[in-house]
Amino acid sequence: MSYIQGETGEWEIVIGLEVHAQITSNAKLFSGAATAFGAEPNSQVSFVDAAFPGMLPVINEYCVEQAVRTGLGLKAKINLHSVFDRKNYFYADLPSGYQISQYQQPIVGEGKLVLDMPDGTSRTVGITRLHLEQDAGKSLHDQHPAKSYIDLNRAGVALMEIVSEPDLRSAEEAGAYLRKLRSILRYIGSCDGNMEEGSMRCDCNVSIRRPGAPFGTRCEIKNVNSIRFVIAAIEYEARRQVEVLEEGGTIVQETRLWDTTKLVTRSMRSKEEAHDYRYFPDPDLLPLELDPDWVEDIKKTLPELPDEKKARFIEDYKLSAYDAGVLVNEKARADYFETVAKGRDPKIAANWVTGDLFGYLNKAGKEIEDSPVSAENLGGLIDLIADNTISGRIAKEVFDTMFETGEKPADIVEKKGLRQVTDTGAIEGAIDAVLAANTAKVEEFRSGKDKLFGFFVGQVMKATQGKANPALVNEILTKKLKG
Amino acid sequence: MTELTHLTMADALKGLADKSFTAVELTAAHIAAVEKIRPLNAFITETPEQALDMAKASDARRAKGEAGPMDGLPIAVKDLFCTKGVATTAASHILDGFVPPYESTVTANLWRDGAVMLGKVNLDEFAMGSSNTTSYHGDVVNPWTPGTPETWTRKLVPGGSSGGSAAAVAARAALGATGTDTGGSIRQPAAFCGITGIKPTYGRCSRWGIIAYASSLDQAGPMARTVRDCAIMLRSMAGFDPKDSTSVDIPVPDFEKALTGDIRGLRVGIPKEYRVPGMSAEIEAMWEKGIEWLKAAGAVPVDISLPHTKYALPTYYIVAPAECSSNLARYDGVRFGLRVDGGSLNELYENTRGAGFGKEVRRRILIGTYVLSAGYYDAYYVKAQKVRTRIKGDFDAAFQSCDVILTPTAPSGAFAIGENSDDPVQMYLNDVFTVTVNLAGLPGMSLPAGLGADGLPLGLQLIGKPFDEETLFRVGGVIEDAAQFTAKPGFTA
Repeated sequence: MSYIQGETGEWEIVIGLEVHAQITSNAKLFSGAATAFGAEPNSQVSFVDAAFPGMLPVINEYCVEQAVRTGLGLKAKINLHSVFDRKNYFYADLPSGYQISQYQQPIVGEGKLVLDMPDGTSRTVGITRLHLEQDAGKSLHDQHPAKSYIDLNRAGVALMEIVSEPDLRSAEEAGAYLRKLRSILRYIGSCDGNMEEGSMRCDCNVSIRRPGAPFGTRCEIKNVNSIRFVIAAIEYEARRQVEVLEEGGTIVQETRLWDTTKLVTRSMRSKEEAHDYRYFPDPDLLPLELDPDWVEDIKKTLPELPDEKKARFIEDYKLSAYDAGVLVNEKARADYFETVAKGRDPKIAANWVTGDLFGYLNKAGKEIEDSPVSAENLGGLIDLIADNTISGRIAKEVFDTMFETGEKPADIVEKKGLRQVTDTGAIEGAIDAVLAANTAKVEEFRSGKDKLFGFFVGQVMKATQGKANPALVNEILTKKLKG
Repeated sequence: MTELTHLTMADALKGLADKSFTAVELTAAHIAAVEKIRPLNAFITETPEQALDMAKASDARRAKGEAGPMDGLPIAVKDLFCTKGVATTAASHILDGFVPPYESTVTANLWRDGAVMLGKVNLDEFAMGSSNTTSYHGDVVNPWTPGTPETWTRKLVPGGSSGGSAAAVAARAALGATGTDTGGSIRQPAAFCGITGIKPTYGRCSRWGIIAYASSLDQAGPMARTVRDCAIMLRSMAGFDPKDSTSVDIPVPDFEKALTGDIRGLRVGIPKEYRVPGMSAEIEAMWEKGIEWLKAAGAVPVDISLPHTKYALPTYYIVAPAECSSNLARYDGVRFGLRVDGGSLNELYENTRGAGFGKEVRRRILIGTYVLSAGYYDAYYVKAQKVRTRIKGDFDAAFQSCDVILTPTAPSGAFAIGENSDDPVQMYLNDVFTVTVNLAGLPGMSLPAGLGADGLPLGLQLIGKPFDEETLFRVGGVIEDAAQFTAKPGFTA
């Protein structure tokens, strides 16, 4: 629990997040129109999306399935009876003048999400609800001096609004919440979690209070579109509220915008100016009734989710909570690790994956899916160490080349002649030469300067271009020096 | 060729089948009739070329032995149904220039079965009204108005909102017409114009491609001159449509087969709450006559109670405006129809919607916006939904002791254009017997039972159990036989 230190004492931040996650689906929520990102403006619009007279919505069953799957992934209550409502407001990119959403009876009720904090601890955050709704279109105000342009490609696209309880207590926790939620959505395949393309957007409800005091008045920061900005916006907003209160002011409940260039939140509209959405059940759609067997069937097809996978990695592979957490964060990483670990020492595999591989990927700005080193090849490299073909040190060099060229480790070892020398005769020869060239140091060693052992090892390895088996070098060197 | 326009659909189908005349001849006669009845202002858009093309195609199909159940029958389409390539206005200024790139499911079904489109007929703007006097394209005149167009002094309303449909069919300019009914919009104009109309069970006909007024109440249905013609037409219009989530997936029966004339032992509910104060003696007398006819045919009248009837109108005038306030938000000048520019987006909305919507539409949007507003929602909208459930419950209970319900269609016959126009509540009272049926989602039929003292037609209404339109047709056939309604309006093609 991190408090903000103000002039007058400590303040606690209280945060609740509303995440709009675009459902991965080829068709929109209530029409058959396509949903591909980046298409020509107004090329993915049906007459239903454009709200032409007489057009009617028909629910897309696949989107319902995605919402149920997500609800199950959030360990939430699936409401077998839910209702679509109309949220009425006028805007040029909202063709029908109302958004079809779910108000009082959402498809998914209370659930929970476990945060994995960087220090290895975890914390459970409540999910209030998840409901289905359609997205609006996009207004483009910068294309013409006097007019606005409207792109309806996004109009009608299926969204899940996932609302958290006001359980988050710091901007970092909000970040961890979003990362975890994104991870679950990606595991489930119900949302690609791509915030840059707008397929995941976040409204942040922020208030502050004295530790243990009742909730303060909240402000809502609308439509923040990256985790980095969510963290920055919450930090800014919390400090702003601390300043207002410490100067004797009061917080006004309002909607605020995150200014991505000035990095400040700005007032958008006050509570008084808030829309009266005049929600009422959409008479064009019957209540959504789910068959409990259908929900059960979906449950059976759920993949292993991050929390379960993490527990299994700790249990089966004896990994640390931290390593397991890092590995399961993305399903592709976990899968990669499991391929490497299969039939090998899991700890060694984990070290290679979380250490060398992630380090290289990070530096190269690459995702695991684009890794030049395949899981099979990394496994092959570990095998070469295990069967003494190369030493651990040489392995780092081989890995570097693998990352560079994508080649198989065995090929690199052959090509570069990196095979480890295990021939005792050859090693003895190298050692003899080193000892002969450093007689003074040998004397020093023999008179008690033990630390010099490392020097001799280094000289031998240098002489053999690192290919000598380190264990053999140690063994023979010890024998000769003491002899 | 005049007599061709006076045929029933059933007789026209016989004539086409035995080659007494062709679809082109039948259609040409109707195109002439449409022109002749222009003083009624029943049509917003006439489509004679399209009609002839469709008729030619129909004759070709018939020659190949591939005629459909309505092949060659010229009909009018309420201008609330989207018709591909033909302007569709909802009788509103706001849809100026709107030509749908798609065909409504109901009209597509009719064309699939061979029907021929004569044009798009007038209605109250967005189907909001009971007199067809709220249309941007002008009032429709009831062909029963005494005198001739030259001598008309007190023009009568055809009822609404499907006033153009009723007027065109009554004036023999179309063999039938599509209507829609949200609170009585098929049945009341049918009654005012001396024709037959049925609002099927909610979910029987697809709403896809019909411009929405109040989605939970809107339902399409046929308007024609006989019960049998309505049966023929409804069979073509109805059917499950996956594009309408509220359409119901059950088979469409051959409604004509229900016209057996045998109603022996059938229990006919007579709701005491429909004897409203101020109901005219002749309406009361006609209702009694209807009961006698059914008794004579072997049916058993049963007194029933629909205790929440008195709350139906207020409930309707909360639910329908609430839905319309949302349904009509899409007419914003951004994508289609009228646009009146402004200096900002809000000004564009204000200018467009202020100019584009008529007074009654604006009134209902305002009522609807109000009843859905924070702080009023529970008191109005939620309460109305609860009452609606009670009204539905009334019918469920009543149908335990009866098979069909008989009531008058409207508390009066046609009134003059301009009457009731200062007092919307008085106008809304026209729907007092019909709105309950929409609120409960039931099928309801209106058919002419006789003429009032002023020589104007009066209608009786039959209300059935959900998806039991067949009983309505069966009982309707018996009333039709007994009533022998042969009177014709003063002005026909």
